[in-house]
This record gives sequence, structure tokens and C-alpha cells, in this order.
Amino acid sequence: MQDIKQIRESFSPPILEGKHDFATVSDKIGDITLKRKTPFHWFVGFAIFFLIAQMLLATVTYLLLKGVGIWGNNQPVGWAFDIINFVWWIGIGHAGTLISAILLLLNQKWRTSINRFAEAMTLFAVACAGLFPLLHTGRPWLAYWLFPYPNTMGMWPQFRSPLMWDVFAVSTYATVSLLFWYVGLIPDFATLRDRAKSKVFKIIYGILSWGWRGSARHWHRYEIAYLILAGLSTPLVLSVHSIVSFDFSVSQLPGWHATIFPPYFVAGAIFAGFAMVLILAIPLRHLYNMKDFITLAHLDYMGKVMLATGLIVCYGYAMEAFFGWYSAAQYEYYMIYNRIWGGPYWWFYWLLILCNGLSIQLLWFKRFRHSEFWLFTISVIVSIGMWLERFVIIVTSLHRDFLPSSWAMYSPTIYDYSMFLGTIGFFFTLFYLFVRFVPIISIFEVRTLLPEAHVHGHHQDFEEIVNEVEIEKIDKP
Amino acid sequence: MSFAEIRKKILEQENGKKYWRSLEEFADTPEFTEFLKREFPHNAEEWDSSLSRREFVKLMGASLALAGLSGCVIQPPEKIVPYVRQPEEIIPGKALYFATAMTLSGIATGLLVKSNEGRPTKIEGSPEHPGSLGATDVFAQAALLGLYDPDRSQQITYLGSPRTWQNFITEIRAKIDELRPSGGAGLRFLSETVVSPTLAGQIKQLLSELPNARWYQYEPINHDNAIAGAKLAFGSPVQVVYQFDKADRILSLDKDIFSEFNVRYMKDFAKGRAFTEEKQEINRLYAVETTLTLTGAKADHRLAVKPSQMVVVAKAIASALGVSSIEVDRATLDEKTNKWIDAMARDLLAHKGKTIVMVGDNQPPIVHALAYAMNEVLGNVGKTLYYIEPFAPNAENLQIDQLRQLIQEIDSGQVRMLVILGGNPVYNTPADLKLSKERMLKIPLRVHVGLYNDETAELCQWHISEKHFLESWGDTRAYDGTVTMIQPLIKPLYNSRSIYEVVQVFFKENYDKSDLDIVKDFWKAQSAKQTSGQADTDFEKQWRRAVHDGFMQNTAYQPKSVSVDFNRVAQEVQRFEAAAKTDELEIAILPDPTIYDGRFSNNGWLQELPKPITKVTWDNVALVSPNTAARLGLNQAGRNPNEQAGGAQGITFFNTKGGNLFSDLVKLKFNGAEISKPVPIWIQPGQPDDVITIFLGYGRTRSGKVGTGIGYDAYEVRRSDALYFGFGNLQKTGEQTAIASTQIHFNMEGRDVLRVWDVEQFKENPDMGHQHDEYPKSLYPRYDYSDETAEWRHKWAMTIDLNACVGCNACVIACQAENNIPVVGKEQVQRSREMHWLRVDAYYMGDDVNNPNDLAFQPVLCQQCELAPCEVVCPVHATVHSAEGLNDMVYNRCVGTRYCSNNCPYKVRRFNFLLYQDWDTPQYKLMRNPEVTIRSRGVMEKCTYCVQRISLARIEARKQGRRVLDGEATTACQTVCPTDAIVFGDWNDEQSRVAKMKKDKRNYILLNELNTQPRTTYLAALKNQNPEMPDYVKPPEIKHKTEKHEATEKNEAH
Repeated sequence: MQDIKQIRESFSPPILEGKHDFATVSDKIGDITLKRKTPFHWFVGFAIFFLIAQMLLATVTYLLLKGVGIWGNNQPVGWAFDIINFVWWIGIGHAGTLISAILLLLNQKWRTSINRFAEAMTLFAVACAGLFPLLHTGRPWLAYWLFPYPNTMGMWPQFRSPLMWDVFAVSTYATVSLLFWYVGLIPDFATLRDRAKSKVFKIIYGILSWGWRGSARHWHRYEIAYLILAGLSTPLVLSVHSIVSFDFSVSQLPGWHATIFPPYFVAGAIFAGFAMVLILAIPLRHLYNMKDFITLAHLDYMGKVMLATGLIVCYGYAMEAFFGWYSAAQYEYYMIYNRIWGGPYWWFYWLLILCNGLSIQLLWFKRFRHSEFWLFTISVIVSIGMWLERFVIIVTSLHRDFLPSSWAMYSPTIYDYSMFLGTIGFFFTLFYLFVRFVPIISIFEVRTLLPEAHVHGHHQDFEEIVNEVEIEKIDKP
Repeated sequence: MSFAEIRKKILEQENGKKYWRSLEEFADTPEFTEFLKREFPHNAEEWDSSLSRREFVKLMGASLALAGLSGCVIQPPEKIVPYVRQPEEIIPGKALYFATAMTLSGIATGLLVKSNEGRPTKIEGSPEHPGSLGATDVFAQAALLGLYDPDRSQQITYLGSPRTWQNFITEIRAKIDELRPSGGAGLRFLSETVVSPTLAGQIKQLLSELPNARWYQYEPINHDNAIAGAKLAFGSPVQVVYQFDKADRILSLDKDIFSEFNVRYMKDFAKGRAFTEEKQEINRLYAVETTLTLTGAKADHRLAVKPSQMVVVAKAIASALGVSSIEVDRATLDEKTNKWIDAMARDLLAHKGKTIVMVGDNQPPIVHALAYAMNEVLGNVGKTLYYIEPFAPNAENLQIDQLRQLIQEIDSGQVRMLVILGGNPVYNTPADLKLSKERMLKIPLRVHVGLYNDETAELCQWHISEKHFLESWGDTRAYDGTVTMIQPLIKPLYNSRSIYEVVQVFFKENYDKSDLDIVKDFWKAQSAKQTSGQADTDFEKQWRRAVHDGFMQNTAYQPKSVSVDFNRVAQEVQRFEAAAKTDELEIAILPDPTIYDGRFSNNGWLQELPKPITKVTWDNVALVSPNTAARLGLNQAGRNPNEQAGGAQGITFFNTKGGNLFSDLVKLKFNGAEISKPVPIWIQPGQPDDVITIFLGYGRTRSGKVGTGIGYDAYEVRRSDALYFGFGNLQKTGEQTAIASTQIHFNMEGRDVLRVWDVEQFKENPDMGHQHDEYPKSLYPRYDYSDETAEWRHKWAMTIDLNACVGCNACVIACQAENNIPVVGKEQVQRSREMHWLRVDAYYMGDDVNNPNDLAFQPVLCQQCELAPCEVVCPVHATVHSAEGLNDMVYNRCVGTRYCSNNCPYKVRRFNFLLYQDWDTPQYKLMRNPEVTIRSRGVMEKCTYCVQRISLARIEARKQGRRVLDGEATTACQTVCPTDAIVFGDWNDEQSRVAKMKKDKRNYILLNELNTQPRTTYLAALKNQNPEMPDYVKPPEIKHKTEKHEATEKNEAH
């Protein structure tokens, strides 16, 4: 028997390591927020990213004072860093919900130890993403006109515009993701409340946990709510990025006008999202000694997801190029020629292929999937590659379209960079706060992975337990 | 504080008044005033009744709810006083039009200027005036900004401090009185070319009063060579008047009629070029020139010639045309040139009496003389051209000689007082005759009259700010001599005087006269002379008529009968020595296409107007051919070799560094002198090898906020013996500079964008331009016009005849002036953010980058699509379809997502990335068209088909209960177009010009396959090539046969 176990482990490492019981799990995760001294590295990291986030603040202030002309956008490149960054962040935001919702529905146990921070990542990424469409408008103070609200002008937004669909898609996604994340947090907030020593924390976590007492009824409701939200989120995972891709595919610009965009964008988003989860998970694992919970198995699975989605994305690239040629439309043809070979931005394309196409081929091998260094490196490369992909799609398509007389070049300004870096700073600032004040891994869900969670002689699901408890209650009034 | 309390307090006051006239006087205490004036005075009456908590909350709730209703701030009252007595003809909101004229380079264009409540807001050509016929050019259009330029000189100054006009008169007259006994010895006047009859009369009178005074004329761009050539050929100076509408074959020897100030020539040329069902023969234009000009671009055959070769080529042409006793060694010319000349000459000879040979002002006198001889031999005189007496007094003396004499007199210390009337000679005199600081300081008293406090004003004690032509009275002459009136549109904005008024000060009597009186009295005297002192009323009538029309009927010069002395011409040709061959590069000097000789350098519209060929803005560059650039290693950095050479795709990029525009800076030497500022190099296809073309007008040191310090100054090296070309060399500095050009890609990439057809091929295959109708293939339903309540069902549409378009850019500036389009500056143009709603695209054709077959132009503005891609993607309905089919842009609704622009295949939308409009300068507030919104930052804008003009026409028509007639609603670009290339009107009106043009076989839709169904369509350009010419390009085979088209058309009909 031992041998078989070893063989199985070598084939697929366990998703929970070390000797743990309910108490140790709670200690290990809960203590980060409650007991352990805030580590020095937290202060260093937080300070750095907080400073970078100030750059965002400064840029936005200047932007509001001067106008979007401080960026490099021009005619014909009306969208550039603003929309690249928007799509990039929205893409990153995808993995969280995918992990929590779709993997939950698919009953993938390994999601439990990564879903919390992945969802947090989603929220923060969506927050960063949301800044761009708002601030990229010429008059951001009027951007609320994109919402359908009753007004004296008697005006509705234009429902034929994909930007309009974007507003709904992204705001729905942000709302549902937030709810999903928060609902999942309630039992853990209650755990923290119970374990907190300081009065302030007790009160704060007490409020946040909404009087959770862990009764069976609570658990029952909780499970149903969680499932409903998972069900709601699942189509959203697919719809948000499909709709974001409509921004491009609905227009008639060569390089944008392609039917492959929705699935290609969704795959790209998951790809980018998992890369970001890995970028976050690997340091977390080390800095907070979470190796027991985020095991090699998790890294391995995520590597596989990246490989799979990355290959879909590469298929997308291949199809774009193929149809550019196969369409026999001269504009499409030129667009591909310009993108791959003839245009001044050709090296962006090949850098993209290098990042997104070649680098992930390493993930076929277990050696790389099990190496934190390689996974982290590949994830960073993939993140860069996904940014480049949006650059290639947006800028190189726009800069040379139909009439050669309007062709021009795009070059970003310092404010393009400061805004982008600023959102990265903002993202990590939020993430640092999250790490400090919220359990980074779902305590109660990890507990369900423990053998103790399965003490009953026969397998019982939650409903049965609840029923038993209910019956007991009725029996003893 | 309650009212009762205040009352009590006031009454208690010791000084409480017993009698008062008003409540304020009665209660003149600070508290009471505050109580009255402030909405919320200090210690306002407090609620003293005790209130239950519940009631308080209720009250607060109600207050909050009502707060929204009451608004925040009480607006201060603004008083609007209507006219107590309505001035005649002025109806607020309704524009008036007045005739006036603008003079440039010795001729005038008659104008009709729009005036809104006394502010000139738009300049149009005067339809009746022979020099305009309703059209104008870029300079006249931009004159509006010149009037309102806040940098214009605003007062009379003495050594920089303000003086009054009376100060000036007193002091100057004291000086004149000192000079009077000596007959004005030492008094010198320097003006630009005198065209005004009144000013000529004044000069005559002045010189008779002060016989020892001298009057000189100098302008850097003048007609000296033509005059000198005429003296050679005829023995007396003449001015030529061409009649291009009568010419079938035109040969230009470096004359660019499309960039000169004469729009009448462009009109006439377009008439001869027009292709209609009735008139299938179009004129043929041959161009022999150095630098590629608009004329060369329009030409059917163009020969690029080095400046030093021009005389030889002209001689060869003359001999080929049979001008007697011209000996020429044809062996010095290469074979192709010889063939070119012979075939061309045969063509001209076959059309005797219907040809024109014309020569540019930059060519030496001998070429002009040869041309006069050629026209004589071809029998053109009296048929396609005639000669008249030059307008300017003293015209037989060349301007450069006049300047030379003045400089000699200054150097020898004879000049006691120099009066500079207009112009900027300190800046624009040639280097060897420079009116330099040293020379100026030798003159004890210097007076300058000018629009700007410029380089010349700086060196003069007195500076009189000159009235802009829109502020002053005056007269001038059209190209054929017609007397043209100038009347003011507005009271002078500043304390300025006209040149007439300044000259009048020098007279013995009547020295303080207004320009109106001076001009009117002059013509009164003229009229009296003719009618031998008859009734004044006749004159008054004539005067009113002339001012109303803008010109005097039947005052054109009579043709001057002269004949060419062939022997003298032949002798001169013999005597002419070709410039010695050197290893140096040849350098040609031209006036700038938009800044001219430098006088428009502070005009933002003209600075930002792309130069018609290079599309460069805000700079002057030095043009070199691609070969020369490659040989000397100029502008080669970062070049993708695939993109440089022509190849099957033709010519693509020049001057690019991976796409952005960069230019090598060189040190340029011309005839030994070096231009102090480094000169940016620009690669220009069509330029002959080893020739550099540089442009005048830049490098100004005292121009204004806009024009100071940009570009290099070519006057630094221009010499009186080498005004237009010479030899020189360049030295690389190793530095680069960024140049702002509005177009970087000049190749159509094999796309069906700009159609240029061979006229013969088109005649044989009239259906060669057939396009499929893609209309049914739309996802969205078509706009339902039947639902609309519009009474007359107008369907506005436009056609642009590319056969007529010469690329002169007048439409671009007209649009800018009409629609309050801001100037964005070089840095923003470099970022490709220029705001022109209408642009003129240029495309080269042919495989040889050094010798393109053709350069064609295409004005592109909003195409007003029926199925507009922009409308679908705007999330807030800011761009919507109108009932008359326009794509309306609702600025107030625009939030600035720029999606519409991304989705516009024509890229005609323009975005206010920053606050480009100047909201503060008071002069600009006067200038703007009150009928067009001033757009702020963050808003998308684009061509509206001048919707304000359509509305105006519609309102007029509705008042009379009829539909808008054809030609009633016109766009600004259409009105200005000197070649009538743009036609606008109602497509639903079968009889309208636009509806007829749409049926033309040349009519085509730009990017038809996108199914945008634009309202703007183009008419293919035609080339009238001579098959015998060595540079004849065989038109490509038509891919689809005509029968096939007919078949598909039938199918579509079913």
C-alpha cells in the first residue's frame, strides 16, 4: 500500500501537506492576521507599492486637469495604453472567478486553498481595470452618461454600442465577484472574530461576519448562497471577456473585426489570470509558509491550466494569421503583413509569440511545472506577453487602417507609463492590505480537506447533516 | 438679526434721517445693506420657537427636498439693451457681406467678407470680381486670422514708447520742412510693389512737391525677371495676362500657377480641364520644373530639370518650336530629354493659337524672353494671352536695382530719412544688399509702417501700426488691371493708420486726411478729368457702385501691342553663358507655399496648414531627391530597405525612422555663405538629383508668439545675383530633428483609393469605374426617412472632382475659418493630432521613387455615410443620423470615448485631446463664427457639411415656403475652391448639380466594399497623356470587362 501511495504522490502530489487538524489550520491561516507580528517584509513591500500607487494618484490628477492629451493617443490610434491596460487587468481578473465558480461546480477540491486570494486578485484587478474606461474618456465627469438612468434630457445610452455592453458586463461582474468573495469570507471572519484578542478586531470582524454562529442552518444557507453565486458567476466568466472582445470585433477595423475574438479573449484571460495567481501564490507560499496548503499539486494544476489556455490562445494567433491570408481581402492581408513582418511594430508581435507561444511549451514538462522558479518566471513572461497581445491587437491594427494617408505612429508618453505602473502599485497595495487583514486562504474550506472532516462512518453530505440537526431541534423544543 | 430688530436699531440711531429718497438712504447701515443684499446674512433671524425633534427632522427633510428646486447661486442680472434706433440693414444674428480686396505679389483678388454685427468673420471670393469669380486661396482665407492676430502692432511708437498720431505729424512735418528747401533731398521711401492707383497718384504728387526725394519698391518675390525678359524681347516692360480657358496645350517652365495668388488662372485652367459628356477634350499640361510643384503634380508630363539646365532646355524647346535663329547644342541634353522636347513641341505646334508657354518668376530674364518669342511663334498672343502695361509706377526699373540704388545711397550717406511703407526689408533683403543694422543706423531718421513690430520696426525710431486691409480704405488692381476697391469691414482694432494716410503727411497741404478721403478724392479727380468737371452726383453714384461691387467696371487694361525682336533675343541667347559646371550641389530657393516670403509667419492657420506637396507643417525643410539622400547618407537612419524602394507596391515611406518623421540637420552653404541655423533635410520624390530646394520665410527673429524662431532663414544667403538658384554644399551635423508632417505614407498600397485614369482609356471604356452596390447587405435596417417630418426631404450630398482638384489647400483653411477649428501647434501635429476637418491626401504613383509618374490629391472630409460605422458604436448617442442624412455630431453629448474615430475607415474625425481652443484672447472671440460651437477638450468633432449654412438656407426657404434651391446651401470648402472641384447640394433634387455629378461615369465611392454608403463621392481624375512622349505610361489593363459589369448590373436590378 505504501508503495502505491508513494507512486500516486509522485504522479500527483497531495493538495494538503503536513500534519494538520482543525486547530492548526485555523492557527496557521488566522494567525497571519491576528497573532503574528506583521513581518518586516510586509512593511517594505507595502511601502514600495503604496508609493507606486501615489504615482497613479498624481497621474490621474494631472489627467483630469489637462485632458487625455497627456497620453500618447492620437489620430488614428484613438485607443492605446488606456484600453490595453483595461483589457489586461480585466483578463487578469478572470482567473479568480474561474477558480471559485467553475472549479467549485466541477468539484475540484484543489481550488479551496487558492480561491480566496485569487478572488481578491480578481476584485483588485477589476478595480484597476475599471479606472481605465472611466478615465480614458475625454470628459470623465460625464462618463455616467453611459449608465441608463432616468434624466431630464430624456436620453438613453445607445444599446447598439459594445461600450454600452461593457458597462453592464463589467459592473455586473464586479458586483457578483465582490458578493461571491464576501460570502465566502463570512465563516472565516467569524473564526477571526472568535479568535481575536483585541477589542477593535473583535468588533470589526464581528460586524463583517454578520453574526455568523456556525449553526447548521447557517451552513445550509451559506452553501446554497454560495452555489447560487457560483452558478451566477460561471456565465459571467465567459461573458465579460466575450463582451470586452466585442469592443473590437463589432467594429469594422481589420485586425479587430474577427469572429474568433470571444473564445480567444476568454482563453487569453484565463491564461493571464492563472499567470497572475501564480505570481501571487509562489511568494505567498514562501513568505507566509503556506507550503502545506499551497502545495506542488496546486502549482502543477495551474501550470497545466496555463498550458491548455495558452495553446488555445496560440491557436487564436494562428487563425488570425490564417484568415488574414485566406480572406483574400487586401485590408486583412495587409493588416497581417503589417503586424507580422512589414510594419514598424513587427517585433511586438514576435515578442508576443515568444512570451505566449514559446515560453509555455516548458510547461509540458513536470520538471518545470514543479519548479517554483520556472513557474514564476513563465508567469511573469506570460503576463508581459498578454499585455503585448493587447498592444498588437489595439495599436498595430489602428495605426494603419484603410486609407494610407492617415497612417501614423503611436508612442506612449511618460504619463502612459506612470498610469500603468500606478495601477500595478494600486493593485499590490490592495493586495498587501488584503494579506494583512483577511485570511488569505479559506480556513473553513481547507478544514474540509482534513481527514477529520470525514469522521462519519458513512459519507454524509451537508444536507443530510442539516436535516439531522433540524430534526434534533424539533425533537427538543 | 430679524427685520424688526434692524428697524428698531435704525430708528434709534442718532443720525437717523427724517427725510429720505430711498429705502437705502433711509437705512444706510452696513447691517441693513447686508440684510438686503445677501441671501444669508450674518445672524439671520433664528428660529426661536422650540421645536420637537420629530418636527425638526420633518422640516429638514422638506428643506432638503426643496433645496434641489431652488438652485445654488443667484445669477447676477445682466442688462441687454436693444438698439434704441435700429441701424439700417443691421439685424442682430444676420450676417452682412461687403466687397473688398486683398493684394499680394502685385495683384488683387476681390473678396466678399461676411460680417456679423460688425465683425468680419469669414472671407469669401467675390463672384463678380474678375480676379476671383467667387474663389479665394489660402492666403486670403487666412487673412482673417491676420486681422485678429493679437501680436499685431497696436500703436504708434517712437523708440518703443507710445505716441499719438498728432505727435507723429508734428515731429515728422518739422523734419520735412527742414528737407523741403532742398527739394526733399535725402528723403527716401521704400515700399512693396505699388499696385494702388491712389498710392501711385500720391507718389506722383509727392515727387513733384519734393523732386529730390526718391521712391523705391522692393519685394523679395517680384516680377523682375518677367519685366527684364520683356525688355529683352519687346524693348519695353509688359505684364502678361493668360486666358487658360482658351488654351488646349500648356507648357509651364517652372511656373506654378496653382500656388500663386491668382485664383482666376486656376478657375480658367479647370474650365479647360473639365470633362463632361459634351466636352470630351481636355487640356494637356506639360511642366518643366526643378522642384515638384502643384503644377508639376497636375501636369500630364513633367520633366525634372536642374536649375542650371533650365536655360538650355528652354533654348532647345524654343528651337524645336521654330523660334528663328536660336542655335542650340542638343547634345548636352540626354536622349530622353531631347525626345521629350521634340514630342512636346510637335504637340504644341499642332495646336497653334491654342497654347500657352509660361515661365515662373524665378527663371532668369532670358527664359522669359524665349517664352515671349515662343508664344509669338505659336500665334498665342491675342488668343490665349495678351500683354498689358505693368501696374506699378517705375516698373521698367527692376526692384532689385531700385534696392541696390537705395543701399548705395545709404552707404554713401545721402539718405537723411527713410520711410519704409509696409514690408520687412531688414529681414527679407538679399544678403549682399541687406538693409542691415549698420546701414539702418547710418540714416538719421527712420520711419516704419507695418502690421507687425518686426525686425524692421525694431531698427526704426518711428513705428506706425498699419491698418489691416480689412480695416482700411484703398484701391488696387486685379490681374487684368481692373480697379478694385478696398473698404473696411471693421473700425481699426488698434491705433493704426494706412499707408495712404502716412504718405499724405508728407504733403505740403491737406496732410491730415483719412484714407477714405484720400482714395475718394483721387477718384473724384480722375472722374473730373474724364468728364471735364461735370456733376458731382455722377461721381457719387459711380463711387457707391464701385464700393458696392468691389471694383470699377471696364477698367481692365487694354492689351498692349508689342512684338518680339527675334534678333535681339537670339543675340542675348548667344551671349548667355551657362553657369560653370562645378562639383557642388545646386540649390534652388523658393517662397514658402504657406508662409510666402515670411509675412504670414505669425499666422497659425498658415503655419499649421500642411505644405501641399510635403505635408510638412511649422517648418521649412530642404528638399533632396531620394537618390541624393542615399548618396549623401541623409535621412537614412532606421530605414527599412523594403519600404524605401518602390517595387510593385510603389513608393511608400520617406523621411521615416521606423515610422516617425525624422530629419537630419545639415549645415548648408549657398554661394559661399552659410545658413546660420541647421537645415532639416527632407526627401522629395520628383526632385532632380543633386539639387536642394530651400524655402524663404522662416527664421524670423521678431515675428510674434507663433512665428518667432522657427525654421532657418534663407535670406541670410540669398544674393542679388543669385536670387533663385546657385551652388552650394552641405555638411552633416550628425544631429536630427523631428518634423511635424500630417502625412507620412504616400503610397496607395494598391488600394482603390484615388482613381487616376487615362482619358483615352476612359473614353473607350466609360464603365471602367463600375462599383457593386453593397447596400442591401447591412445588418441594421436602413434609416427610415419616411418617418421624418422634414417637409422637403433634402438629401445632402457632395461630389469632389479629382480631375479638377489641384491640391491647393484652400478648402482646408476655408473649413478652419468657417468652423472655428483650433490650431494645435507643432508638438501636437507631431503626435498626429491636427484638427483639420478636411485634409488633402497626396499619393505618388509609379514604381520609381525618384521619378514618380504622378502625384495626385484627394480632399477627404467626413463622408456622411448612410450606414455610418461611427453612429453604431457611440455609447451615448453623440453622433446620430439626421433626417436630411447628415451624421450629426452632438458636442454637448460627447463624452470622448474615441470609439467613433477608431471605427471610421476614413479617419476624418478629430478629437480635442487637450484644450486646443483659446478661450481667453479677446481678439479671437471677435473672429469666431458665431454660428458654430466652440469645442472644448475631450470632445470629438468632424465635418458637418457646414450644417450652419444649410440651416441658414433652409430657414430662408421655409420662410418662402419652398425647398432649398440648388446652390443656396453651400459649404465653405465648395465656395472657396478655385477649380470648382467640390459640388454640394440636394441629391433628391434631380436638377441639382450634385445629382448630375453623381450620375457621371467617373463617380465612385471611396472604400465602397465597406458598405458605408457615403454621401460624399469622388470623380476620378483624368490624365491626358501624349502617347508620343518618352515618359508616356501605358494605362493598366482594365481587369473586368464591361460586358460583365452590365451583366451583374442586370442581376442586381432583378
